[in-house]
Amino acid sequence: MPDTAVDGDVLLNADEIVKHFPIKEGIFFKHQVGSVKAVDGVSLKVRRGETLGLVGETGCGKSTLARCITRLFPLTSGHLTFDGADLSKLSRSQMRPYRRGMQMIFQDPYGSLNSRRRVGSIIGDPLAIHNIASGDERKKRVQGLMEVVGLNPEHYNRFPAEFSGGQRQRIGVARALALHPKLIVCDEPVSALDVSIQAQIINLLEDLQGEFGLTYVFIAHDLAVVQHVSDRVAVMYLGKIVEVADVKDLYSTPRHPYTNALLSASVVADPDKARVRDRIILTGDVPSPINPPSGCRFHTRCPKAQAICSTEEPLLQTAAGDPAGHMTACHFPVAEGEKLASGKATILHAVEGFLAEAPS
Amino acid sequence: MSLSTVDAAATAVPPEEPAVKGIEGRTPLQLVVQRLRTDRVAIISVVVIVLIIALAIGAPLIAAITGHGPTDTNVDNGTDANGQPLPPGSAGYLLGTDNLGRDILVRIAYGARVSLIVGVVATAIATIVGVVVGLFAGYYGGWLDSILARIMDVVLSFPYVLFAIVLVSVFGSSLPLTILVIAFFSFAAIGRIVRGQALSQREKEYVEAAHSLGAGNMRIMFVDILPNLVAPVIVLATLLIPTAIIFEATLSFLGLGIALPTPSWGNMLSDAEGVGFQAWWFYIFPMIFLLLTTLAFNLLGDAVRDALDPRTERIFAARRKKKPA
Repeated sequence: MPDTAVDGDVLLNADEIVKHFPIKEGIFFKHQVGSVKAVDGVSLKVRRGETLGLVGETGCGKSTLARCITRLFPLTSGHLTFDGADLSKLSRSQMRPYRRGMQMIFQDPYGSLNSRRRVGSIIGDPLAIHNIASGDERKKRVQGLMEVVGLNPEHYNRFPAEFSGGQRQRIGVARALALHPKLIVCDEPVSALDVSIQAQIINLLEDLQGEFGLTYVFIAHDLAVVQHVSDRVAVMYLGKIVEVADVKDLYSTPRHPYTNALLSASVVADPDKARVRDRIILTGDVPSPINPPSGCRFHTRCPKAQAICSTEEPLLQTAAGDPAGHMTACHFPVAEGEKLASGKATILHAVEGFLAEAPS
Repeated sequence: MSLSTVDAAATAVPPEEPAVKGIEGRTPLQLVVQRLRTDRVAIISVVVIVLIIALAIGAPLIAAITGHGPTDTNVDNGTDANGQPLPPGSAGYLLGTDNLGRDILVRIAYGARVSLIVGVVATAIATIVGVVVGLFAGYYGGWLDSILARIMDVVLSFPYVLFAIVLVSVFGSSLPLTILVIAFFSFAAIGRIVRGQALSQREKEYVEAAHSLGAGNMRIMFVDILPNLVAPVIVLATLLIPTAIIFEATLSFLGLGIALPTPSWGNMLSDAEGVGFQAWWFYIFPMIFLLLTTLAFNLLGDAVRDALDPRTERIFAARRKKKPA
């Protein structure tokens, strides 16, 4: 690696990861008519012991990226190195030993637990699959894990349906911990939970990180949650990473117009402040990942777009005056204090805009 | 003897419920059994099935008590003075005898063995094969699914009677062959349902979770997906038993199933062909037993389906309220 000094101890290195899902047509003889470019050339480094936040709106490829770096999906192209081993081309059975090193926590605490199996058997599953412990030994370890994540070990024989959403997510955490992984990919682990429960789970994850020296890739669309848990944050738009930075830099001096728009859209707790602040209102919808825009993918909605944006794709690089770890993929990074706001976020504004567009 | 002591005894009868029981987790099985117990039709069906099973198991006992084997022609007292069969209620022959002087009650008891063995064993084989084929087709998809699904379609559209005639003419009729033929033509019914369920289950997040833990395909199919298919499979299997029994009776009636002189309800009905109204007991009793057995299994299957279906909770709740168990 050329820049180990900057990157520190890299645990996971994703290099130009591409994942396209083919779209097939035809009844008897299927032929490919196109592809959904869910992840289209993402490079990421995850350092040992850090939490990397991954944000972006729905459909931008966050979850697909998570499943690519845990190799639940085969990669269309690109390289993936985890803890020194190249995982990019391993088959499913070849991947098995590496699964001990990386685990995943899923978004849906209901769907991700098999409702027909008992909690003890769900949490003990990884131990059984990897032949680590069986019988009483497994039960002891599972009950230990249940205690670690704050579940009552006596509930070993219960079914998932007998637990609340937060408790179920704790079961998911215990299952992910069972193999003592180095990396845990959390795919929106709290977005299906009540706000009060979210805090509990996030605190649990933070405690476990300290206790077991875990590295997290934390996916969310709640910017406040990401700001709270992450050391570094990557922002995704339409299958690409548009900005990566330390959490402080990103939230204080966002360079990419999309990051600015995202941050301006987050909820402000104070209604007085919320009323007067300027919001960057993006027009239009997210373009289709089947046929993404040319050049910079954000140019169709970007308030700063110019001619070059639609022809030349900006590289992810450090803008002038930024620390080395702060990289932006933009031809015209937003300067500090620059006003991008296009209006106030009011319903009246939206209605006026709608009426102006509507044919009379 | 005073009234007060009677009252005291009466009030003492219902034992005090233990104050507050901890809320214990009930397994799905316990829930289903509890719901079935409130279903009168299910209870009657179970009682009928248990009686038929008892009849089948006790067949040698009945033979010993009456002193007639299932194939004994009872030359001395099985027919009347003119050599005609005895009607039901004759001395020593509760359900009468057939034209060879054989005891119909004993033959029905032995026939119950054949029906139950064929019904249960053929269903078990069909269920196992159907579940395995359906799981593989639904889980793997692709070309394997295309092949297996087409095979099941072919089996379901096969003229099974013709197929059975060919097989019997080649191998000769026997109990194992009957079971295999029935299992072969029944597995596709279960296989198709399991395939459909497996197709939807494999997209669930828990399958992805198992995958991320490093579970292999076999483990995901049989440890993770299969328990989620138990409910429809149990219902189907329960409903397949009467179908298999009828199937056996049909084959035996046509002389393709259980070979004479071994009694089965089907070949007893076949034997009764042409006797008309004179010897009605030849066919009435096997028919009643066949009807009772298949009806009981069918009603039980329906009851199990209702009990397994969470959407019927309202009905069961209303029933519980009306008559606290």
